[in-house]
Amino acid sequence: MSATQPEPAVAAAPTANPLFPFVLQLADTSLILAHRLSEWCGHGPVLEQDLALANIALDLLGEARSYYQYAAELEGRGRTEDDLAYLRSAVEYRNPLLVEQPNGDFAYTIVRQFLFDNFHYQLLKGLKDGPDTQLAAIAEKSLKEAAYHLKWSSEWMIRLGDGTPESRQRLDKAIATLWRFSGELTTPTAAETNLQELGLVPDYAALLPAMQAHTAHVLAEATVPVPEGVFAQQGGKSGRHSEHLGYLLTELQYMQRTYPGLTW
Amino acid sequence: MNEPTATTQQPSATSQAPTADKIWQLLEEVSDPEVPVLSILDLGIVRAVLVEGERVTVTITPTYSGCPAMGAIATDIRLRLLAEGYTQLTITNQISPAWTTDWMSQAGRDKLEAYGIAPPIDGTATGHVLNLFGKDTAVRCPLCKSANTHLVSQFGSTACKALYQCDDCREPFDYFKCHA
Repeated sequence: MSATQPEPAVAAAPTANPLFPFVLQLADTSLILAHRLSEWCGHGPVLEQDLALANIALDLLGEARSYYQYAAELEGRGRTEDDLAYLRSAVEYRNPLLVEQPNGDFAYTIVRQFLFDNFHYQLLKGLKDGPDTQLAAIAEKSLKEAAYHLKWSSEWMIRLGDGTPESRQRLDKAIATLWRFSGELTTPTAAETNLQELGLVPDYAALLPAMQAHTAHVLAEATVPVPEGVFAQQGGKSGRHSEHLGYLLTELQYMQRTYPGLTW
Repeated sequence: MNEPTATTQQPSATSQAPTADKIWQLLEEVSDPEVPVLSILDLGIVRAVLVEGERVTVTITPTYSGCPAMGAIATDIRLRLLAEGYTQLTITNQISPAWTTDWMSQAGRDKLEAYGIAPPIDGTATGHVLNLFGKDTAVRCPLCKSANTHLVSQFGSTACKALYQCDDCREPFDYFKCHA
């Protein structure tokens, strides 16, 4: 599917609570990235980093579950966390394009993770102090974990950038490919703008200085120039995804689609 | 809390009506499935015990968001209390305030070290994410007790542990991360 198609008619069911689609978007984002990272399990470059990737996947999966449970509660239509994760199609998913991008090589995975972690960490800091107590509680919990993730991906950016000619070349290629997906993270959709005006969601513009400062610091250490004037590819948060998401969901949802209602 | 006190005086179906003290005592016998040397009280994940007549509500908090042991812990609590004849049980999850290793008991820390896992050192949480490649406070090797150790990876065999290696006895070991 092209990312330039108009917004599909099949959108999330309308709901009275304006926070529902946003919480669902956070849930989708953490779930899809968790799934991508879990694809590394058993394939990591070294044992310790295989463990790190699986640990981060697990943290994000736990965070996604908290959001899905809360989203189900906000929606109030009897859907469960599993219904939301396993029985929605790709066009109903609201994750930004970045997190559905394939793992590629280790440098790709690191750049994708760094771009996400840098946003995620600042977003959680904002949500932690927000007025919605449940969202604040999930953010407070996840922030401690996100700090470890950001430290890990930042250090790997530096190791790869300031490492060998091959690691540098791979990092450069990953940056050239993935940087365009970073803009969507901090570009609010109409729904997000609405929530920001209501004071329920942090103003993304206010998160940017800290994100940019961290990026500048890390890339300087990595001896890599900060990409400038990069076009921001968007669509995921409105349900317009790359073709990668469908394949990912096929695997993620296989069991519930094949045996509806299956439980452990 | 007056009502529960009054109802505990009444005869009950179990051999002994539940009291909060008794429940806390039984919870001490429930261990962490991933670090079996620790009871769930040592770990500091039991936030509250509420006894209302025959009904017992135990509130637990997850260590990490994705901790796969939480389901097993809730089941173990239920089984332990059922074995005592308590049948009206509610196990609830509470995520705020977020769990911290500050809630781990001293007894728990001693047990961890004896088991071969370095206990968390308070005040060393990774709060300063800009401190890249920053040296952590020296973690003591649980085997030879040397402080001459180094971090191998912040991510270990479970979400709550990091991998370390001792530079004196060369033994690799787990460190229970400070999480504050």
